[in-house]
Amino acid sequence: MVDEAIIKTAGLNACFGTLQVLKDIDIEVRRNEILGIIGPSNSGKTTFLRALNRLNYLVRNYSQTGEIFLGSQEIGEIRDNILRKRIGIIFALPQVLPVTIFENVAYGPKVHGITNRENVEWIVEEALKKAYLWDEVKDRLDQPAVRLSGGQQQRLCIARTLAVGPEVILYDEPCSGLDPISTAKVEDAMQQLKLDYTQILVTNNTKQASRVSERCAFFLMGELVELGPTQQLFTKPKDKRTDDYITGRFG
Amino acid sequence: MNGAMIRQRIAFSVLGLLTLAIVVPILFVIVYIVVNGAGAVTWEFLTAAPRQGMKAGGIFPAIVGTILLVVGTMLFSLPLGVLSAVYLVEYAHDNLFTRMIKLSVVNLSGIPSIVYGLFGFTMFVMLLHLGTSILAGSLTLGIMSLPVIITASKEALESVPNTYREISLSLGATKWQTVRYCVLPYAIPGILTGTVLSLSRAAGETAPILFTVAAFYLPRLPHSVFDQVMALPYHLYVISTQVPNIPLELSFATALVLVGLVFLMNLVSIILRAHYRKKRLW
Repeated sequence: MVDEAIIKTAGLNACFGTLQVLKDIDIEVRRNEILGIIGPSNSGKTTFLRALNRLNYLVRNYSQTGEIFLGSQEIGEIRDNILRKRIGIIFALPQVLPVTIFENVAYGPKVHGITNRENVEWIVEEALKKAYLWDEVKDRLDQPAVRLSGGQQQRLCIARTLAVGPEVILYDEPCSGLDPISTAKVEDAMQQLKLDYTQILVTNNTKQASRVSERCAFFLMGELVELGPTQQLFTKPKDKRTDDYITGRFG
Repeated sequence: MNGAMIRQRIAFSVLGLLTLAIVVPILFVIVYIVVNGAGAVTWEFLTAAPRQGMKAGGIFPAIVGTILLVVGTMLFSLPLGVLSAVYLVEYAHDNLFTRMIKLSVVNLSGIPSIVYGLFGFTMFVMLLHLGTSILAGSLTLGIMSLPVIITASKEALESVPNTYREISLSLGATKWQTVRYCVLPYAIPGILTGTVLSLSRAAGETAPILFTVAAFYLPRLPHSVFDQVMALPYHLYVISTQVPNIPLELSFATALVLVGLVFLMNLVSIILRAHYRKKRLW
């Protein structure tokens, strides 16, 4: 069942106050794929991403209509903390807590009730390994996380998300503040994670989308313009606006 | 040296002088109290009860009374104040109700302490039949301290970066876990500062305890929270103005003990603050 949908939205509209930022979005995300989402600024990419784990609702005047399914369940029926355990997110700028490397990763397991020290240590180690960070930090887990470089911090964020055991990982322009080498390491980690997780990558960098994703969606002014296999979207786009964007005529 | 440099020099000098102008009177007050009172602060003065109509002996009951009142005040105002601030910052929606609460808190801190004293007297002493007691006095001082503690705690909570909350929530923590693990620990230094400031003020207030707890002359220790106690600020007032022929040195010595007590409280808060700052790893 490679093509099974894990996330499905139907008629998703989203507004901040009176400003509509998502218009009637229908998308299916398949299990274990990396779905790229590209589009210029203010196209609604980030709002779409944050709608999936209801982070948008932290903004006071946010409103939303339509349906979002995780598996067969409407996400509104899932408690927020459970939903966010199942759908993790990596923010644009690496955001670490002002505690040690270990405690950053251990925070998720802690809030989900895992208190056994050995279990936590095992989870932290596994998460750091999966995020390609273990070898660089294994000897200094008790140091402040803020001392890591930007790229290491972002992989620490990935490890932190993995440690709660999500099914889906959302990336919100995860490499926008990183140098090419750090970016490559984050992308390597994503490729490796494909085996176990479904990943959605929002990026301003069309090259990154073409390198990493299998299918790609193009958002423009809150609309989903086109969604298809990445190869096809970048070589023979069906919509003229997609063609204009990826060839750099605007955006 | 060009014009901008000269102007900068002048501005710095003026600012420095102004700072000095504030510090000098405070230092003068402290030095004056120490010089005039230190001679009378003996071991007996600190540990004995007053004798011969307060002309001799010590101020031990008043020291104990003030400490009890500060502890009682803290027990009432700290949990209530911090929890109110947590509610206002983390949970409350912005509506008419919460705006009214915030406005009241700001205005309450401007009310003269004698008004709190009168309120405490009618509310706790009379209406609730607590009598003039440690309990009534602590409650009155607690209510007086609340606005400052709430305001300081609110500011401390608001200064915690929103990203911490977002990280925590995005990992599936509940609202309370987020507040408990990712907000409160980083707000504690600010909360402590406000609390100690407010408690220092409570330790030195006379008006709120005048009708609610303070005893004129009670040379023994209280047995329960329903007893009256002597308190340092009221004792200072009494021996300075109400009883004739008491050496001025005793008044200064009492003032010195009160200042010392407040200083001790500040010291504890400085140590605690340093401890909690270390927890935040940059």
